[in-house]
Amino acid sequence: MKGQTRATSGPVPHPALRTATRVLPLTPATVLLLLFLAGPIAYCAYIAFTDLQLTGQAEDSFIGFENFRTAFGDEAFLNAVWLTLVFTVVSALLGQNTLGLALAALMQRASKPVRTLVGGIVVTAWVLPEVVAGFLLYAFFRREGTLNAVLDWLHLPTQNWLYTLPILAVSFANVWRGTAFSMLVYSAALNEIPKEITEAAEVDGAGGWRRMWHITLPMIRRSIGTNLMLITLQTLSVFGLIWVMTRGGPGGKSQTLPLFMYEEAFQKSMIGYGTAVALLLLVVGSLFSAVYLRLLRTEV
Amino acid sequence: MRPTAPHPRRSPLRLLLTAALAITAPGALTACGNGSGSDPDTVEVSYKQSTDNQVRVMDTFLADVKKQFEKANPGKKVKLVPIKAPDSEYYTKVQQMLRSPKTAPDLVYEDTFLINSDITSGYLKPLDDYLADWKDWDQFIDTAKTAAKAEDGKTYGVPDGTDTRGLWFDKAIFEKAGLPADWQPKTWEDVLDAARTIKRKVPDVIPLNVYTGKPAGEAATMQGFEMLLYGTEGATAAGASDPLYDEKSKKWKAGTQGFKDALTFVETVYEEKLGPEVSDALDPNISTRVRGELLPEGRLGINLDGSWLPQDWLPGSGHEWPEWSEKLGLAAMPTQNGQSPGKVSMSGGWTWAIPDKAANPDLAFKFIETMQTKANAQKWYIANSGIAVRKDVAADPAYAEAQPGIRFFTDLVSSTHYRPAYPAYPKVSTAIQEAMESVTTGDASVAEAAKNYDEELKAATDDQVIEE
Repeated sequence: MKGQTRATSGPVPHPALRTATRVLPLTPATVLLLLFLAGPIAYCAYIAFTDLQLTGQAEDSFIGFENFRTAFGDEAFLNAVWLTLVFTVVSALLGQNTLGLALAALMQRASKPVRTLVGGIVVTAWVLPEVVAGFLLYAFFRREGTLNAVLDWLHLPTQNWLYTLPILAVSFANVWRGTAFSMLVYSAALNEIPKEITEAAEVDGAGGWRRMWHITLPMIRRSIGTNLMLITLQTLSVFGLIWVMTRGGPGGKSQTLPLFMYEEAFQKSMIGYGTAVALLLLVVGSLFSAVYLRLLRTEV
Repeated sequence: MRPTAPHPRRSPLRLLLTAALAITAPGALTACGNGSGSDPDTVEVSYKQSTDNQVRVMDTFLADVKKQFEKANPGKKVKLVPIKAPDSEYYTKVQQMLRSPKTAPDLVYEDTFLINSDITSGYLKPLDDYLADWKDWDQFIDTAKTAAKAEDGKTYGVPDGTDTRGLWFDKAIFEKAGLPADWQPKTWEDVLDAARTIKRKVPDVIPLNVYTGKPAGEAATMQGFEMLLYGTEGATAAGASDPLYDEKSKKWKAGTQGFKDALTFVETVYEEKLGPEVSDALDPNISTRVRGELLPEGRLGINLDGSWLPQDWLPGSGHEWPEWSEKLGLAAMPTQNGQSPGKVSMSGGWTWAIPDKAANPDLAFKFIETMQTKANAQKWYIANSGIAVRKDVAADPAYAEAQPGIRFFTDLVSSTHYRPAYPAYPKVSTAIQEAMESVTTGDASVAEAAKNYDEELKAATDDQVIEE
């Protein structure tokens, strides 16, 4: 981008005219965005403050912050917030992020066939539709599933993982499915590190771990931030995977906020309340993002 | 949200906006419309298509009626709009469609479970004027006529059959356990004793299945809990009203002994390990597994379930099991202590209703008339293992002999109950499932679970509760 303005030659048009010619082509897109993107969001924000129901109600009315008060007094909601945090930290921050980085780092040194094979497998998990992935992992974890078959063969005790450790089972499923994304981000970032720098460090006698800690990680810091933000937001809104595997059960032990919202809005028909929960989920997402942005800024 | 091209300098604000959209999208009430109502000669019919691709019972039936209708009414067209979804998601989709004239079909298939709730929302049209001029309406039995009657006394739907519930048992397992092949339990204890005998003598099978917990949904409430509750002492006493709802005060009942007794039965089943493993019982796919695996493979002794099971085992259904009638026996669910009337059943069913925002209601009713001629109704009951709600069909030997089990389940209609399907019912039902789930897992005692239910009930019904 640098230097582009200087390259422009010839008579310079009036600034206002220049702005107009630049902005004009964007107008239709902006109008469409406002209409179809901002519109529904604003409508959602509005109904979060009403007692709108999908059925069983003749008229809805404005009730102010009542839905939010209900939420914070509702044990099931607080449980869902807690599980959402566990799910996000375990599956996105710890799982997808570190595993993605490790795979990317290992693949830098791997031979081409290995790289293609591993990359292919990991990306396949990512390309699969959420629901299909959910069914695959349901089949893997269920009592008569693959995992137990393997454990049984090793003479280890088996159990119904979806019942005993539901939140970890769905977290693992999300790691399985989402690692490819982090791996791709980090592969791209690692490729951009100039060879001379690592080579120089190697000559200076820095081992693998020190190179990683002092050179690689600082140099891909921006990618780490972006990756964390993207996978966090992605993970916060995971619905299909958990729905297919456990429906949030047993007894709400894997009911994250999107599932809680779905149950309130569409199974109990409380659209107003469900939307209020959606707004709160949005707040959780913004908090995470704010933290990442802050981290990125201080390290620059 | 699945971001495409990661770029370190991508504007965080835009990302947030995209995320916001992804998160709030499920809350948006915009259903995709297919522009009903533009053509006055086309009647749009929405119905529930089976999620099992091999089950085509309703599609075949409606296609046949469509042909008859278009032939009898030259120039008129029928557009079938299948909605392929499991029950709970089907309701949601239909309700979203009914909200706007752009998306409302002319005729919709409604579960009696939710019809009152949808009537209260003003989604449906009263059919009394049409019914008054329709001769065949006299053929419908009285209980069925009330299935879609609202609190305002008007009727909003034409039922296309009903269902009843009872005990299915595996004759081979019974023989191994030394139990009689013509088993007819008289009390709850008889049912539990049979299950205990099976557990002792045939240890590798599941003795008794009673649906429980939120994952099973309405199956837990209706096939499980209410089949017990409506047979408790309090519910069958002379002059007793509905055990869940008091018609006189128009309030929901809390703290009844019957509620605790029914929960105790559920607790006993799971505590004594007479039922499926708790983790299996709380698997969302349990009812599919019972029909598709456990019963046909002879791994379940007694199953408390609905009359429609053979629908899945009919030729052409994909899971053919024509021998079921030799392998399985049927028994009525007894009352708690064998008190009169001796047996219990619950009934529900589906009705055809005309949306308030339908563009062609007259034509839609004409379609109901075609669909509900005696011949078509009979064809439909037989095809979907339904129980007749028309007297002329019930009396027809061709119907009663069409399938084993039909006679048994039709006889249960005389001792059946309907749910108090008022607008709060779906939420009350969820509260029941939560109570069942907590005693099933052992997380709560019966007393605690019943107390939690009473609290949930207050929240679900805006405090319209009476204590007993």
